[in-house]
Amino acid sequence: MKRLPASILWLLAGLFLLVLLNLASDPAFLKIAVRDGHLYGVPIDILNQGSRTMLVALGMTLVIATGGVDLSVGSVIAIAGAVCALLLNQGAGLVITMAAALGVGAFAGGVNGLLVARWHVQPIVATLILMVAGRGIAQLICDGQVIIIAHAGFEFLGNGFVAGVPIAPLLVTALFIATHFAVRKTAAGLFIEAVGDNETASHFAGLAAARVKALTYVFCGACAGLTGVLTAANIRAADANRAGENAELDAIFAVVVGGTALTGGRFSILGTFLGALLIQTLATTMYYRGVPPAVAPVPKALLIIAVALLQSEKLRGWVAGLWRRKERTA
Amino acid sequence: MKRHLPLIVTAAILLVLFGAAAIAYDGFFSARVLVNLFSDNAFLGIAAIGMTLVIFSGGIDLSVGAVIGFTSIFTATLVAGRGVHPLVAWTLAVALGAGLGAAMGTLIQIFNLPAFLITLAGMFLARGAGFWLNTESVGIRHPWYEGLANFEVAIGETVRIPAAALLLLAVVGLGYVIAHHMRFGRTLLAIGGNEPSARLMGLPVGATKIAVYTLNGACAALAGIVATVYTGSGNPSMGVGLELDAIAIVVIGGTLLAGGRGHMAGTLLGLLIFGTIQAAILFDGRLSSWWMRIVVGALLLAFILLQRFLVRGAGKKG
Repeated sequence: MKRLPASILWLLAGLFLLVLLNLASDPAFLKIAVRDGHLYGVPIDILNQGSRTMLVALGMTLVIATGGVDLSVGSVIAIAGAVCALLLNQGAGLVITMAAALGVGAFAGGVNGLLVARWHVQPIVATLILMVAGRGIAQLICDGQVIIIAHAGFEFLGNGFVAGVPIAPLLVTALFIATHFAVRKTAAGLFIEAVGDNETASHFAGLAAARVKALTYVFCGACAGLTGVLTAANIRAADANRAGENAELDAIFAVVVGGTALTGGRFSILGTFLGALLIQTLATTMYYRGVPPAVAPVPKALLIIAVALLQSEKLRGWVAGLWRRKERTA
Repeated sequence: MKRHLPLIVTAAILLVLFGAAAIAYDGFFSARVLVNLFSDNAFLGIAAIGMTLVIFSGGIDLSVGAVIGFTSIFTATLVAGRGVHPLVAWTLAVALGAGLGAAMGTLIQIFNLPAFLITLAGMFLARGAGFWLNTESVGIRHPWYEGLANFEVAIGETVRIPAAALLLLAVVGLGYVIAHHMRFGRTLLAIGGNEPSARLMGLPVGATKIAVYTLNGACAALAGIVATVYTGSGNPSMGVGLELDAIAIVVIGGTLLAGGRGHMAGTLLGLLIFGTIQAAILFDGRLSSWWMRIVVGALLLAFILLQRFLVRGAGKKG
């Protein structure tokens, strides 16, 4: 067994601390009960609620690993949800609907990829366009209304159980494992890290750097599209205004907390999974402690700053300097 | 000529848009609509001016919308709830905004952290703090507020310019002087163009970067105060997503988002384009509000591609 990297250890420590804090006030925090053949309990709740952020963050991880960022995922979630409502309410099948939503997400990602990789537009700027326009497009599809979706299969996708476990976390976990193997057991992960580290050098090394970059955006778009399906299925409606609201922020946050640097060049899929889990556990903790949802962003902000500082070379240098000075005086 | 091409394109688009709206809708081409372009968008404009300076330096500030929300509920709580004089409340609010900006700038500069991430944290902090003060909208009743809301300067018979529009013009003027006639503005553009060479030239890079986030925080707080005057109330959810509009306005105004290149006058033109689209959609009545987002997105795309090819052209020449 390889030794776990420091960032993963930090995450596990953070999770452990949060769980301890919760156990202190509520000993039943970790309890999982079986009711009607379904698993119930706070941990299941956390996994279920956090699964959508995890999925968006999965795509975002690869984009950030290439040194980019995708701000448009929230809007893509809204568009994908709107597409689901449009198709299902016109009697289309579930498979076609999901394929269409995924396709729309991948297409949106392709547009972002084209702008970033081919036309060399800064990622923040390129994806800002779709972030602004995308929600408008979703509202256009929905005609500004919240469209109720009544479809048994679709509902099952959002709220159903397989072997007692809710579907969304199962699906997302499977995708994480599949992605991990797809990028770590092939050269794909190495390509992505090479492009993120130094695009020019990887280009000269014979890598189709632009294509690698563009494909990560397509993947991220597809992940956002699938998240849109899950979100719409969960609330049984397409809400162009609220679906995927702040999804980009939560996803970026999960990726950064997971130890993937915003500058690109390396990434950790396990880290992202744990990062998203940590954020959701924090949110659930707030909720159970009766912290008003409006104030909940504050601890999140403090966590971002703490993680950013932990990753800062400068601060590490300072702390290391203090350590050395102490040794010298001793 | 080439340096001012984005500015000329922005001005041309504004003229075309306004002209088209004036032809399409009766009564669009009037002093009243023109003045409203300024007064209805005053707080967005003030935020965009501050954002322009930050973007000049190659940075970004996502916290402005949340700071506007916090300032508005903070001012309303003090004035309406505690009976504090508006002047005192305003001073405190601007000081708090500047303080948050300074803190973010310091973190970004000293620890070399991404501006995107730190201002995102600032956004969460300010929004959370605003909702912590009050989750509901608070109405403000004060002679000063009523006086300001009704204050107008009459020019001739028909044109009356309200206080918000005057303040916006003053801030634009101040921003113009800071950006293009002061050493500070020149340093900002130098940092945005190439930070290491700005440092090697002996420019005060660190101090300038911290100062620009501080200034922007103060600007956002001022925008929040204007918003309380405009709506006569404070609301913690005011300005959600406003930072995106502000960034869009700056980019449509021809300023390079990577920093180092741009003009304050462009931001004013961008604001007027934004306002014209909004006013045209209101005038039409049939167009839904979401067309606003789609048109702004399309304009953003057009400008970014235009800049892309301009910068590439300049690179080839050099």
